[in-house]
Amino acid sequence: MRFEGRRTAGKAPVARWLLVAAALLGTVVLVGGPAAAETEACRASAEQGCLTGTLDTGEERLADVEVLVTPVDQQGQPLPGVEPTTVTTDDNGVWSFAFSEQGRFQVEIVEDSLPDGVDALPSENKLLKGPGNSVFVNGQLGGLASGQPVILGIRAEGFEAEGSDLDYFLQSSVNGIRLGLLLALASIGLSLIYGTTGLSNFAHAELLTLGGFLGYLLVNTFGLPLWPAVALVAVLAGAFGWFQDRALWQPLRRRGLGLIQLMIVTIGLSLALQYVFQLVDTETIRITTGIPESLQIGSIGITWQSVIAMIIAVVLLIAVGFALVRTRIGQATRAVADNPALAAASGIDVDRVIRLVWTVAAALAGLAGVLYALVTNGVKWDSGMQILLLLFAAVTLGGLGTAFGALIGAMIIGYVVEVSPVFGMPNDYKYATALVLLILLLLVRPQGLLGRAERVG
Amino acid sequence: MVDDNKHTQPVQDEAEDATVVDTATDMSDTSAAVTAAAGGDVGRPLVSDRVRQAATYVAWAVGALIVLAMVLAFLGVDAGWPTEVGFSMLDAAVDPQTAAVAVAVIGLNIHFGYTGLLNFGQAGFMLLGAYGFAISISEGVPLVFAILIGFAASGLFAVVLGVPTLKLRGDYLAIVTISAAEIVRYVGRAGSPAVVSERTGGPQGIEGQEFRGPINDLSFLGTGDFSIGSLDYIQTGANSWWVRLVAWCIVLLCALVVFLLVRSPWGRLLRGVREDEDAIRSLGKNVFAIKMQALVLGGMFGALAGMLYILPASLVPDSMGRTLTFYIWTALLLGGAATVFGPVLGAILFFVVRILVTGIADNTVPDSVLNTQQAGQFGWIVIGVSLMLLVIFRPQGVLGDKRELRFNV
Repeated sequence: MRFEGRRTAGKAPVARWLLVAAALLGTVVLVGGPAAAETEACRASAEQGCLTGTLDTGEERLADVEVLVTPVDQQGQPLPGVEPTTVTTDDNGVWSFAFSEQGRFQVEIVEDSLPDGVDALPSENKLLKGPGNSVFVNGQLGGLASGQPVILGIRAEGFEAEGSDLDYFLQSSVNGIRLGLLLALASIGLSLIYGTTGLSNFAHAELLTLGGFLGYLLVNTFGLPLWPAVALVAVLAGAFGWFQDRALWQPLRRRGLGLIQLMIVTIGLSLALQYVFQLVDTETIRITTGIPESLQIGSIGITWQSVIAMIIAVVLLIAVGFALVRTRIGQATRAVADNPALAAASGIDVDRVIRLVWTVAAALAGLAGVLYALVTNGVKWDSGMQILLLLFAAVTLGGLGTAFGALIGAMIIGYVVEVSPVFGMPNDYKYATALVLLILLLLVRPQGLLGRAERVG
Repeated sequence: MVDDNKHTQPVQDEAEDATVVDTATDMSDTSAAVTAAAGGDVGRPLVSDRVRQAATYVAWAVGALIVLAMVLAFLGVDAGWPTEVGFSMLDAAVDPQTAAVAVAVIGLNIHFGYTGLLNFGQAGFMLLGAYGFAISISEGVPLVFAILIGFAASGLFAVVLGVPTLKLRGDYLAIVTISAAEIVRYVGRAGSPAVVSERTGGPQGIEGQEFRGPINDLSFLGTGDFSIGSLDYIQTGANSWWVRLVAWCIVLLCALVVFLLVRSPWGRLLRGVREDEDAIRSLGKNVFAIKMQALVLGGMFGALAGMLYILPASLVPDSMGRTLTFYIWTALLLGGAATVFGPVLGAILFFVVRILVTGIADNTVPDSVLNTQQAGQFGWIVIGVSLMLLVIFRPQGVLGDKRELRFNV
């Protein structure tokens, strides 16, 4: 769990954040060595709950560090009459704490027990953060047998940055290309829908979230292997797109509802879908837990999942591009995008083309969603919304309604978002960079990069 | 009041009926062309008249139910959960934040209802107004100037957004406003650089007591509790009668301003731009300038709404994100766009109906199916679906005039 992009240039020694995702399903523990259960590791059961974590600076696992666990009430005040417990990490840096009653706990590293040069850090998660460097945890009975993971932040000082700024730039570039490809996958569909029907689909990003959630269900609930599940997600999302057009958009088009009204309908749909996702899960969900294996090329690290995701995206983008340019149905699609009335007059079944566009667009978006959930840290019920702005920026940047414009726009936006921190843009603003870029472009070239220079006013 | 509008409408009179046939004269318009290509059954009603009639009765019944529950709750009748939900609805109906949203909706009504501008960043205008006001007060600026700074921040934002987009097709404004509003929120909640986050307070925002003082100092009410019916609040303070009084007086004032503005020649110009931009241009008017004026004015209403919104609570940037914008849109369409009181009614109805749906779902469906948290989420799903249904079946909302909403940008 290395966090790229946190180094601040010019500050030596550079302190590196090492947040240790502790013992997610025990995988981390196993990496450390065969003897994971040297001390009497707590096993959770219906009567007993466990809190557990691993202290790892990335260089070494910290043994004999004391962790103080205090039962507290909901306001975070220590419960009267209950003594805090101190637990100690074993040789693998693992600590665990057993309890028999559900409740809230304040967990804190005893600073004095840390080796020299290692500091405890306050939690980055606002919801969990307690006073000082402590975190609050709601202890539940049962659950994972290996216990509830608790993340405590530690920082090893005196780490010299191992990479140069060039490495940082290269790593960000790879991440940028990855994000760009996934955005492209989703935005081509958005652009085609806009091109053929004139609709700005605000619910498009919910298809991405849907993809992530479907992937989670298929892999974790139904136990499908990962890559077949990804393919199935694309099929299911495509079916949803087909159904959407059949049940909603086609009847509304026939009814002659205005484009603005249709756009507001998509907003309503997006809102409703978001809360449906929230009914399923309110937290970030991860399709695969555990640390994925990664490929190291020079100083650039990339997980195999990302590599495969990028290959899938490239292949599909080429396929869609080829289909649009060379096949009859692709030409028909472009004809409809160009001028629906004329296309209809020359014998093209406009409704069929639009139905196909919806299906393909939804399938691509669902696929992009599941891949996005795989290569980033999972997906949340509202992650679609954040992606939507990037998608709109990409589509507008490339030229509304042009499929290849969306492709270029997405690559630019993805790259800019990931690389802007290298050039000193604070991480908080990296999404804002893409949107500022969009506004600036509209000032000088309102039709977008590939859009036709027609009057758009 | 709505009827007066008819004389200024450039659209031809049509029967007030859902089965009105869309004339679809503009063949260059994509949707019309697609529809024509689809077989020409334009304007075919989606549901039969009988269903429509039934839906109307249901709407009236729900309305009566809401009023009844609220009246009983106001009188202090305790009849189990129905009156509890009634009290929650009553509380929400007089809440100062409801008033704030109403002001934001009035602003959006100037944008969308009267001028046809697609502003999807109203929450961004609110946030800027709120920041301008709250930061000024906490830096010691006098109240009047603090309010003016809030207005200025929002007005400037409107100009910056308007310049690149108002000459383009409507969806560009939509995309740029939603993006820009998000940028404002990102910047507001960012922890760096220090020069910004020291003043905005980062994700935690600004505490209420930092900026509430000067408004409460103006209060002529006493201290201590005061109750009307079952409504019981303190007289002056954070969540007080004073804040409620100020908020709702501002709502009435805003409604009055809009009432006067839209009857002025300028108001007719706005509607002219909405109906046919080219026609107005051919009359020698500067359409860009008119749109810009509308965008700035509506944005200022947004700023005022932002200041009111934070008054009873604190300024938290994430509470004024895209979701709030979407609520504002729902409220506008619910109440009726291009009407004077539609926005106010819509804002109240939006919150009240959500509480009703959530309350009923929570109290009648067993917890094993839907627990309290899930009932809340269910309420939002209903809001989303009703936004869709509303636009499809009753785009004019409760108070609106259907003929005012037949434009397309």
